[in-house]
Amino acid sequence: MSIFLNKDSKVIVQGITGGEGTKHTARMLAAGTNVVGGVNARKAGTTVAHKDVAGNDVELPVFASVGEAMEATGADVSVAFVPPAFSKDAAFEAIDAGIGLLVIITEGIPVQDSAAVWAHACELGNKTRIIGPNCPGIITPGESLAGIIPATITESGPIGLVSKSGTLTYQMMYELRDLGFSTAIGIGGDPVIGTTHIDALEAFEADPETEAIVMIGEIGGDAEERAAEYIRHNVSKPVVGYVAGFTAPEGKTMGHAGAIVSGSSGTAQAKKEALEAAGVKVGKTPTETAELLRTLLGR
Amino acid sequence: MDLFEYQARDLFEEYGVPVLAAKVADTPEDAKKGAEALGGGTVVVKSQVKIGGRGKAGGVKLAHNPDEAAERAGEILGLDIKGHVTKRVMIAEGADIAEEYYFSILLDRANRTFLAMCSREGGMDIEQLAVERPEALAKVDVNAITGIDEAKAREIAEAAGFDAETTEKLVPVFQKLWETFKGEDASLVEVNPLVKTGAGEIIALDGKVSLDENASFRHANHEDLRDLDAENPLELKAKQLDLNYVKLDGEVGIIGNGAGLVMSTLDVVAYAGENHSGVKPANFLDIGGGASAEVMANGLSVILGDEQVKSVFVNVFGGITACDAVANGIVKALEILGDAATKPLVVRLDGNAVEEGRAILAEAKHPLVTLVDTMDGGADKAAELAAAN
Repeated sequence: MSIFLNKDSKVIVQGITGGEGTKHTARMLAAGTNVVGGVNARKAGTTVAHKDVAGNDVELPVFASVGEAMEATGADVSVAFVPPAFSKDAAFEAIDAGIGLLVIITEGIPVQDSAAVWAHACELGNKTRIIGPNCPGIITPGESLAGIIPATITESGPIGLVSKSGTLTYQMMYELRDLGFSTAIGIGGDPVIGTTHIDALEAFEADPETEAIVMIGEIGGDAEERAAEYIRHNVSKPVVGYVAGFTAPEGKTMGHAGAIVSGSSGTAQAKKEALEAAGVKVGKTPTETAELLRTLLGR
Repeated sequence: MDLFEYQARDLFEEYGVPVLAAKVADTPEDAKKGAEALGGGTVVVKSQVKIGGRGKAGGVKLAHNPDEAAERAGEILGLDIKGHVTKRVMIAEGADIAEEYYFSILLDRANRTFLAMCSREGGMDIEQLAVERPEALAKVDVNAITGIDEAKAREIAEAAGFDAETTEKLVPVFQKLWETFKGEDASLVEVNPLVKTGAGEIIALDGKVSLDENASFRHANHEDLRDLDAENPLELKAKQLDLNYVKLDGEVGIIGNGAGLVMSTLDVVAYAGENHSGVKPANFLDIGGGASAEVMANGLSVILGDEQVKSVFVNVFGGITACDAVANGIVKALEILGDAATKPLVVRLDGNAVEEGRAILAEAKHPLVTLVDTMDGGADKAAELAAAN
């Protein structure tokens, strides 16, 4: 088992003919993802050449729209590699087509566009789960990758991981590579994102193969505080936490558009305290966090 | 990016939000001319700094004629308000204020939508009002797509408890402030105070606007609003080199890939510094996904341009980035920098192509480079070297 993504997921790539789309389509195929095609209105009707996981040549069809791609292939997941200026339209298209999961990798999307995408998804009854934007996507090791997470770090295992940061996701998967992961999901570092820590915690709690959960947060907003409150009441599995940004000065954006401390809110210290108050062990460094999880699991 | 009051005022005017006529001045002489251009009557001289509490600090003064305006400007220019030195003043017409209100539009991260806040009690510190008398501050959700139309504007005014007559006057102003927010890709538009004059007119007397830098691709004019004087020269240089850099006050330069990992590296270095004379991270620098030799050289040159830096910690986890490319980048960067590279470099590589990357650095045997195995170990080594230098 896993959350949100598995070996049966049929994935299309929005922007499959672009540089990033081409590179990561190849990587997703190599990771075993069932990529069934892509979207680019201007190149509809053509195909793109790739190799599947076994090394065989495959020709992936390019469709004019997400709707057409879904109809022709039965796709239920879309990964969008579309420049910031066009991401809103691409997301609206995927939501209008009613795709089950939309992963938006793109960094640098204006927050008003992300808010409009979220409002649109809500208006249509939240039939589309959105992950991102500004995220590395989601991986269920050994089954499927929808995004840019390196598939070779580790294999399938009992740990569920949810993180605001891409490279900290990789770092934590590496720290716990001997144990492996059910699913690892990078939810993104922007102020407005689709899937939240709480959504992932809820799914991991319900997933029988996930035995323990690692939650990685960072400065900005109060998502970690709300997640802590959720854990207190709803999560029975062991959770360890890590929060980045203790040394971040007030008022400066630390790389991620959402990573900013305003006044006394959004600080790493407040997040750590909230998590600890909910019974979550919080590590001072990624390595220490991994050790805490090992102790909890007794491995 | 936060704007100065006069920049916010100009944007408001562009969008038809009622504001007072105003001029900016960098000298007392210009302040006098500005006051004359405004008719020669009573004006308010206001310090232009991006911090609250200007009035209490003596940064806002009344002048009854142009000569007085020059005098007041002379007092305010150069005034230090909580670390912000006044370089410019705004000369604004005086207003006959009958009542002071509060209005803002901002992002509500938790609900992934926008929020309008409004109160009949403006002019004061709104955060204080929110704590002491939350019932006096109306909060109304604003849908990102439908925004503030006439009905929504009316809903906001009514939630704040305005009478029918004032509501009618506020509705178009709220709509125009939303148009400003939307049209300029703002993440905050705040008017405090929004005033009603004795004649019953509504005027935005003071404004605070923050713009979303992610949206700069569709606002060529926003570049002109940037306050280059106030930016740290190293941050400015990094920006020109397209690097994601934030200057901090410490001794250990940091280079990493990915915002989260770099933030984490800063923390780990700060912890390590507790055992090494209290040294701290000197900066945030995220070289992102593709760490070419050029990007690495640019990053190192910015960091080594910081005189406070005593050692550098390069912490890379190769996800998409291959460690051999990073290692080649470091070797070539040190070649490019030549004698300009004088500080010890501690390098930790893991992930994609790590063996190849470590082999490249081991073979190069650069005297400044120390290769370490772990992130925590690297932080400790870098802190130790910074403390010793």
